[in-house]
Order: sequence, then structure tokens, then C-alpha cells
Amino acid sequence: MSITRRSALAAAGLLATPAIVRAQGNTPIRIGEINSYTAAPAFTLPYRNGWMLAVEQVNAAGGVFGRKIEVISRDDAGRPPDAIRLAGELLDDQKVDLFAGSFLSNIGLALSDVAKQRKKLFVGGEPLTDAMVWQNGHRYCYRLRPSTYMQAAMLVDDAAKLNAKRWVTVSPNYEYGQSVVKWFKLMLSQKQPGVEFVGEQWPALGKIDAGATAAALAALKPDAILNATFGPDLTNFVRQGNTRGLFEGRGVVSVLTGEPEYLDPLGEETPEGWIVTGYPVDSLTDPANKAFIDAYKARFNETPKMGSVVGHALIASIVAGIAKSGSTDTEKMADGFAGASFDTPFGKAAWRAQDHQATLGTYVGKTALKGGKGTMVNWRYVDGSAALPSDDEVKKMRPA
Amino acid sequence: MLSTLLVQLLTGLSGASSLFLVSAGLTVIFGVTRVVNFSHGSLYMLGAYTGWSILSRLPREPLPFILGVLLTVAALALLGALLERLLLRRIYAAPELLQLLFTFGVVLVVQDATQAIWGPNDLPLPRGRWLRSFVEIGDARVPLYDLILIAIGPAVLAALWLLLTRTRWGTLIRAATQDREMVAALGVDQKRLFTSVFALGAGLAGLAGALSLPDGSANLQMDLSIITDAFVVVVVGGLGSVPGAFLASILIGVLQAFGIVVLPQATLVLVFVIMAAVLVVRPNGLLGRPQAIRENPASTTLIRPAEPALRWLGLAALILAAAAPLFVGPFLLSVLTEMAVAMLFAAALHFMMGPGGMASFGHAAWFGLGAYAAALAVKGLALPMTAGLLIAPLLAGTAAALFGWFVVRLSGVYLAMLTLAFAQIVWAVMFQAVDLTGGDNGILGVWPAQWATDRLVFYWLTLALCTAATLVLRTILYAPFGYALRGARDSELRAAAIGLDATRLRHAAFTIAGAAAGLAGSLAAFSKGSVFPGFIAISRSVDALLMVLLGGVQSMAGPIVGAIAYTGLFDLLLLATDQWRAVLGLSIIVLVLAFPQGIAGTAHRLWLRGKEA
Repeated sequence: MSITRRSALAAAGLLATPAIVRAQGNTPIRIGEINSYTAAPAFTLPYRNGWMLAVEQVNAAGGVFGRKIEVISRDDAGRPPDAIRLAGELLDDQKVDLFAGSFLSNIGLALSDVAKQRKKLFVGGEPLTDAMVWQNGHRYCYRLRPSTYMQAAMLVDDAAKLNAKRWVTVSPNYEYGQSVVKWFKLMLSQKQPGVEFVGEQWPALGKIDAGATAAALAALKPDAILNATFGPDLTNFVRQGNTRGLFEGRGVVSVLTGEPEYLDPLGEETPEGWIVTGYPVDSLTDPANKAFIDAYKARFNETPKMGSVVGHALIASIVAGIAKSGSTDTEKMADGFAGASFDTPFGKAAWRAQDHQATLGTYVGKTALKGGKGTMVNWRYVDGSAALPSDDEVKKMRPA
Repeated sequence: MLSTLLVQLLTGLSGASSLFLVSAGLTVIFGVTRVVNFSHGSLYMLGAYTGWSILSRLPREPLPFILGVLLTVAALALLGALLERLLLRRIYAAPELLQLLFTFGVVLVVQDATQAIWGPNDLPLPRGRWLRSFVEIGDARVPLYDLILIAIGPAVLAALWLLLTRTRWGTLIRAATQDREMVAALGVDQKRLFTSVFALGAGLAGLAGALSLPDGSANLQMDLSIITDAFVVVVVGGLGSVPGAFLASILIGVLQAFGIVVLPQATLVLVFVIMAAVLVVRPNGLLGRPQAIRENPASTTLIRPAEPALRWLGLAALILAAAAPLFVGPFLLSVLTEMAVAMLFAAALHFMMGPGGMASFGHAAWFGLGAYAAALAVKGLALPMTAGLLIAPLLAGTAAALFGWFVVRLSGVYLAMLTLAFAQIVWAVMFQAVDLTGGDNGILGVWPAQWATDRLVFYWLTLALCTAATLVLRTILYAPFGYALRGARDSELRAAAIGLDATRLRHAAFTIAGAAAGLAGSLAAFSKGSVFPGFIAISRSVDALLMVLLGGVQSMAGPIVGAIAYTGLFDLLLLATDQWRAVLGLSIIVLVLAFPQGIAGTAHRLWLRGKEA
């Protein structure tokens, strides 16, 4: 009983704190942050480290126009309705100047809708859904990571070079997976006329029946495979595929697999030569990446993951946006973020004016096995701006 | 072609073996203790993590592997025995299904504990060469490990069969499965029996967890991803029947393997379709026996409308709730709105679960249908919000009436699982019909009408509608219909003798409960401005169940108290601590131990005791 009462009191105390009336002077800029910390810890905990590091760095450097930044973070438990309620709490009770975060696409879209309704700025970090900046895009929503369209576009050149005719796809059955497969099919068919997609597998997220899936794909005798599964599903699928020889003599194009979050668990089973998007953290030596990796290692005593980069860049992108807007007024920020450029571990990126998508890119390379661990080789950085459709096409998809 | 079929069959059979190993433990535990052990998935997960800790330190040869797996089984058996002796033992006397609430608390605690001990990253077990080898059939390969699993399933079945039929312990177990009270009357020490059964079940879960490692990793999602499938197997096979669970595993495993080839999207829902089909044809599962008719022990006292003092208390609470916006901030207002919706949702479930005697594991189906109906009415048909609020209960009620026709013919856990199957089918339809429902991205922009946009107004609207609907439910329960419903629950035979048609009564109750949940769902949709498949998900159904159980099934105020307590706890803990799962889980465990009749039930009993003295 004591635990309940104590935590209830703690919670009540937290809520009862009166909203402090602040002058514009040197009070901190308050950024609300919501993510699925308990539902997807493998990604979101490194992400939290990333933004914590960025906040410390920004504040150590004096903040934005003399004001420090402060992040008020919330766990949405992976449930959109809770994320919506917490967004309200951050806006109304915590009086945040803007809010950011989210991992799952459906939560990202829900928060973006809150932003639209409440006319407050929302900066999505991780969600990959195209709808966030296109079909459902609006004035008050910005998104950082390369979307499913961009991920597919980055991979399609190398995919075409495989010169494979018969393709199969395996993808988790929800919007992210459906969207990857849709764009990949479309773009590859344009690039390589005559390509055939002879089979699809749609495992339920987190519940892949890997043996049956791998066997069903192998039976189709494809030349190449597109994979969009990740996490535990990917581990199971790769193991079954390895044993059953599914990947032997076949090209595999795989979204996100090069990210340490998903590559590390493959360990010595990492298949070689897959064309992937990801983050080759162990072989990056350029100054921007190295500075980030060193600072991160020094602070948290572990190597950063993709989530860490997203968290770090998220704060940088917000700080740059506020600095360019010259104010934390929502209307000024909604205009002012557009065109702001910021430094990320991957190099310079900017907020596009036409659809509020960031030009942050990602690395494309091949998987390899080194010393019993998976890694990326022959990688190159693809800037986000190189993987986006023309402005006319964007205009058609995005409501005015 | 033939070799392809054979490969798929073997793959299906190995999947079936894995399923059987998890569900065998669950069915053994249920058969004897009648505990709906929600934490079985957690034991499975702990088995995988423990197995990883042991096996990753051993050489990668077959013998050390076997040794490591056996060690894991022993560790989990010990853990299961501890869990039973220290905690579960205290609540066997509590009303049925309360143990479910309790084991759900265990699930939450184990999730946080596992993450604290082993960290957030997936832990893959490196495979030795022998685990990667395969057998060639035609030009396809079948993993050797699949063949090993195919052999382990029947071996475990045979071992359990020998244990249950050829030993004195097994005889006692089977006797207890059939009639627990009689076994106790004959002087068998039930406590030891229960502890040993729980250890056996937990050991089997550990075995399944450890044996899952070569095919994947130990990860934090495995508890919840396995538990529903395990329940489906147990129910399809017939509760408490080990051979039934084996048959059901094979049926599901093989159909799943071929279903993937024919219709890949079907994996979302296939197991639930199979369960629904089996239960409609065989209401007690494949090999289950009809449960002995037992008088409901909690029904010996007649539940009357509350005495005036309690009614005044209720009225005071209502006035307080209506005046609350004057003192609280916007966030607490949103929590209060959620509480009002939860109150109606829980009251709707209680309507069929308490007085109706029909526990439902899928009540979110009607909640979600109401939400989707309202959202589609407003967004798709451009109708006003009021029309949406009207259509929602009508549509949810109609759907409940249709599904209910099948459901009310069943009883107990079978009935609950059939509602779960229907909820999952509805969920899958909403999830897959992307063009209509937006799939998992949901329907956005479902905000209230202009006049109710103000959060204060919307709160009062919600409070008024939810309170009114809850009062209507209460009125029905104290009308002759309600007494007849409770009569049919307590003794179907006697009810039939005085001319009551139990099936029709239940069907009506089911429909009303569905309609009320639909109204709650539509209000949730407007308050959140959006609808997601998550509104129909299992976790939402479980939420409703937890609220009713927490408040007390046998008390009219139970669902109301439970909804307020659970929503309040959840919302505040989520805000207050990173370890909210552990704290919420412990709170639930403590509340169950402190209030075995539910909060309202126990409070009411104490109130009455004071009166008599």
C-alpha cells in the first residue's frame, strides 16, 4: 500500500506545482517530448541519451539567445490515446513552447493532428510515415528522419543494379511496411522495366512465423528479396533464412537493417552483401561523426545507435529553428523553421519549406561480417534532398 | 511441388510443437487451480532470458545445450513454486477471475524487472553448427532443429501423459481437475498439490522459452506476443486437456504454415478465426468436457439497491465530479474525461459479467466499433457529432446482437475467449481496411462539434451521457429483467423451471452491454480527436476487465470505483515515473491482496459489518 500512496502523492505533487509565470528574459525554453520509452526501449533509450547529450551541449554553449533549453519528457506507453493526453498535459500544464518526439508512425500522426488542432508546433523525430509531411502535412508539423519514400528511393539504385527479374517482398503488416513495399515496387518498376514482383509476405509485427515465411518465399524461387522487417522479427527471419539457404545466390535489399539497433542482434548470423540503409558507427571517421561518437561514448560509456543520432539531431534542428525564428511564438516558429539549417552527426541538414521534411539523410551500404559481428561496408552517405520527389509531386500530395 | 508441401507441413509441425510447449503448462495450471494465468507469457519470457544467461556461457555443443535447457526448466519451476506459495495462494478463495487481475500485475512487474536485469536490447543466443544444420527434401531445406522440435512435442506429451495417468500425483491432479472440492474432502493436501502443479506449469513455460532461443532472441516483446496464442490453443483444445492442447497446436500450427502461402495477410487473425470456428461447433473445445455445474458461491445473498446513505454518497461524488473543472487544470480535466468514459465502458462490461455471469475478454470490440462508427459518420458521411453519438451505440449494439447469438450459447472461459476471437476479427478488419479506416494510422481529425469544442463543455457532455447511461444500466439491473438475469446466472435449471429463457436473457444483456460500450467508444473518439485499431486491441479489453475486477464484480458500484481507480493510477503513474509498470503492477497485486472482493465489494462488506455490530 505504501508504494501506491507514495507514488500517487508524488504524482499529485507534480501536478499541483503551480505554473510558474515567466518573463521572456533568461528563463529556459521548454520543449515537450513524448516517446514510447517502455514500449520500444531498444530504440528509445539510446534516443533519450542522444537528446540529453544535445541539451547538455547546447546549454553549455550558452543556449539560444541567452536562454537555456529544458526538455520535459513523457512516456506514451506505445498507445496513441495516451500520447494525445500527454501532449495536452505538456501544452496546458507544463506550458511548453513546442513539443517533439515519437517513434511509431500512428503516434506521430496523432500528435501532428493535436498540433494542427491546437495550433502548436510539433517536431516529429523518428516516425517514418510519408503522410506526416505529405497527405496529412500541415503548417505546424515538421519531421526529421528520412521517410519510407526516402528510404526506398535511397535503395532503389543499388537494387536496380542487381539486375534481378523476379522479386519477393517481406514486410511487417502495418503502414510502414505497406508503404516501403508500395514505393519500392513503383520506383524499381520505373527504373528497371520488366521487373516482376512474384510474391509478398506480410507477417504481423512482432509475431513473425519465420520458418513458414522463409519457406514460402524460398518456394517462389525469386532472384531477389526486399525486406522491411526489423527487431526480433528480423532476427528470427534471418536465422530461418540462413538455415534454409534463402539468401544464397540472391540479392537482398533491406530497409533499416544497417542500424545498430537491428544489426547488432544478428551477431555472427549477419548475412553478407545485403544492401541496407543504416548507420556504420564503427567505421565513420569524419570530424562531425567522430566528435559525436566520442562525446557520446564519454558520456554514456557505450557506442551510439541510430536512435542516439535522431535524438541528438532532433534537438539541434529545434534549436536552429528557434534561433532562425528569433522567437518561441508558435506562428513565428511555424514560418521560421522552414529553411533553418543545422549540424547533425551526419553533417549539415535543413528544414525544407515546401513540406517541412528535414534533409537529414542516411547511409546506404552493404552488410558484412567482421569478427563475429555485423557491420556495414562500402557505404556512402545519401543526403535526404537527393531522395525526395520533385516539388511538383510534393505539391500534389500535400494539402495547401 | 510435393516437396514444397512437405516442407511447409514440417515447418508447421515444428511451430505446433513450440506452441504446444507453452500451452501445455498453461492448461495444466488452469485445469487444476482454475487460475487464468496471464503471467504464463512472462514465465515463458523469463525462461528465454534465463536460458540465454545459462546457454551463452556454455559450449555450443548438443550436450551442454540439453543441460542448459534442463537447468532453465528447474529454475523456472522453482520460480513458479515461489510465485504460488508467496502470492497466488492467498487469493484462491477470491471470486473467479480475480486471479487474472493478480497475474496481470505480475506481468507488469516482470516486464520492468526483466528490462532492469537484462537491459533493453534483444539478446540473441549464438547458434552452434549443429543448430544451423539442415536436411534436404527435394531442393528445399528443413532445419534439423525443426525436426528436433517436432520430436520434442510428442515426447513432452507422452511424458505428461505418463505422469498424469501412471503416478499417484497424476491421479490426484486429474481428480482435482474434475472436482477440486471432492479431492479436498478426501483429505488431499491441496496446497502442496497446487504448488507442484504451478511448478510444473512454470517449468514447461521455461522449457518453451529456452527452446525458442535457437530460432531467435530473448526480447521484451515475447511475453505478450505468445500469451494470447497460448490461451487460444488451450481453449481450442479444451481447458485442462493436455492431449487437446496438442491437437489444437497441430491444427493451428499447420493451418498457419499453409495460410501464409495462400493469404499472407491472414496471419493477423488466423488463429482467432480458427478458435471462433471450433468454439461455435464444439463449445467446450476439441477434447474438453463440459464443466460441472456449480452454484455460484458469491450469489447467496440477494443484491438490492444500495441503502440511502450510499446513494447520497454517490450523488455527492457526482456533484463533485460536475464541479471539478472549477478547481482542476486542463490536464486533470482530460483525466476526468477519460475516467467518465472508462466508467461507462466498465459498467457495460460489468452488466454482462457480474449480473449476466458472462466474462468477456473482448469487450473492446463494441467500444471500438462505436468509436469507428462515430468517426466514420462524422468524417465519411459528414454527419454532425450528435448523429455520431447516436449511431455508435446502435451499430455497436447491432453487432453485439449478431455476435452475441453465437457467444451466449457458451459459458465461462470458453465464452470469454469467443468474445476475444470476435474482437480480434473486428480489430483485423479495421486494421486491414486501410482505405476505409486508415489502417493502423487510424482516423484523425474527429474533433467535437463547434458547440462542444470547449473542453469544459465536452467534459460535462461526457459526464452527463456516461452517468445517464450508467444509471440506465443500473435501472435495468434492478428491474425484473435484472433479477431474471441474475436468476439465470445463479441457477439455470431453476430459472428454466419458472419459465425464464436463460439464453434469450443473456443475449439481451450482451446486446445492451455492447451498445453501452459503443457509446463510451464514440465519446472516447471525440475526446481524443482520433480513432485507432488500438481501441479494439486486446489491451483495451483487458483494461475494462481490470477495472471491473479491481472495483468488484459483485457490487453495482464496483465498475465505477474500479474505472476511477485504474484510470487514475495509470494516468498519474505514467506521468510520475519511468518504472510505472512495476509500480502499477505492485499496486494491483497489493490491491488484490487487500481487497479480495474488489475495492467496492470489500468496502461494502465492511460497511455492512459495521451496521450489524
